[in-house]
Amino acid sequence: MTMSKLLEINHCRKQFGSTEVLTDLSISVEEGQVLSIIGPSGSGKSTLLRCATLLETMDGGDLIYLGNYAARDVNGKAVYATQPELQKIRGMFGLVFQNFNLFPHYSVLKNVMEAPMLVQKRQEKEVREEALALLEQMGLSDKADAYPYQLSGGQQQRVSIARALAMNPKILFFDEPTSALDPELTGEILKVIRKLAEKKMTMVIVTHEMSFARDVSDWVVFMNGGVIVEQGDPREVIDNPTQERTIQFLRRLQEK
Amino acid sequence: MSILTMITKMGEGLGRTCAIFFLTLLFALPLGLIVSLLRMSKNKVISAIMKVYISILRGTPLMLQLLAVTYGPYYLFGMNVSREKLIPVVIAFSLNYAAYFAEIYRGGIESMSQGQYEAAEVLGYTKFQCFMRIILPQVIKRILPSVTNEIVTLVKDTSMAFTVAYQEMFTIGKQIANSQTSFMPFVIAGVFYFLFNAIVGWVMGRFEKKLSYYR
Repeated sequence: MTMSKLLEINHCRKQFGSTEVLTDLSISVEEGQVLSIIGPSGSGKSTLLRCATLLETMDGGDLIYLGNYAARDVNGKAVYATQPELQKIRGMFGLVFQNFNLFPHYSVLKNVMEAPMLVQKRQEKEVREEALALLEQMGLSDKADAYPYQLSGGQQQRVSIARALAMNPKILFFDEPTSALDPELTGEILKVIRKLAEKKMTMVIVTHEMSFARDVSDWVVFMNGGVIVEQGDPREVIDNPTQERTIQFLRRLQEK
Repeated sequence: MSILTMITKMGEGLGRTCAIFFLTLLFALPLGLIVSLLRMSKNKVISAIMKVYISILRGTPLMLQLLAVTYGPYYLFGMNVSREKLIPVVIAFSLNYAAYFAEIYRGGIESMSQGQYEAAEVLGYTKFQCFMRIILPQVIKRILPSVTNEIVTLVKDTSMAFTVAYQEMFTIGKQIANSQTSFMPFVIAGVFYFLFNAIVGWVMGRFEKKLSYYR
């Protein structure tokens, strides 16, 4: 059965106006797996992530979390579950944005604590302890009372990772988590993600950091023009790509 | 009539001036938010109705609106014009200011980045929770300078109530000016408004400072 799979997307289709952004695309993620999605901009990788996190609706296809259908393909059309069911499914995943999207009017601690208390209705004391532990894990113990504008980009991104983790998601999505950061701050985020991978956190990462993708992921998907061009073991795909488009893309990246 | 007598007499109307001012804020601020949300509604009919509402209330003189609300019921339905004019005056002011506030709110709400909504949505906030906790507090900070502008204007606009002979400070001043053929009441009124607005400016400055803890 599909139950062993944490996330499954089958035959996903998405159009913006008359432009097809995703064409019959399928991926699946097993528990503890780290999946990296690479590819040129405009290849549809962010759209795929946004469909998976219910920020966009697919036109067609299945979206399944742990056997729960968020969307089911009925005659080529994606039919979404009811709001309460989707709300339950939202509790299963977290998303880390490219530009953090922290709540600027909240302190770091409140950014991390509010959703578990408000959405999951958990006790403040317990949430606070967990939030402080997460901030410590992120090396931000001394920033609990700071406001986002007082932090560097790297620190802000670590807060947003803590905010996502505070909801105890089963799977964490990263949408180009280092693209808005100075090169020297990129490392600290990658280190955090590496640590999460060591703890067997299930993750889907859209990234341009090739060596990082090769090191950290169990599976790499190369996308172009809304389809998966090549996928497999990261060493295979990144070091020995077989498809012309993949070879070309990786060569261009290296030239930079 | 001595200046002191004038001040005392006009001062008696200050309570009514304040009543117009505070009641208008009390009603127009929330009403403006509702109008702006309906104005941004995806329902085209609702949105169009609100656009018309805003364009009429911003496009015609407040003075005319005061007359319409106060005397309209008499001309249209033969209803008696109530002696207590505070109610029609506050209704007219509230409807008028709500239209202006609505557009200020809209500007603030539309300036919010989509990412704030998305972050809240992914975390499982309901739309209402997201608006009340994430969006509105930030909007208030952003629109505060424009709101202060409107409030300062409102202080001075209370004088319009003289058109329906509501006995607020300026109306009394105008009556004294006519009966005494003196310009003094207008000078006194000017000082009153200036002091009133000095207080408004100070209070709003405190508000802004209170919200300056983040960027």
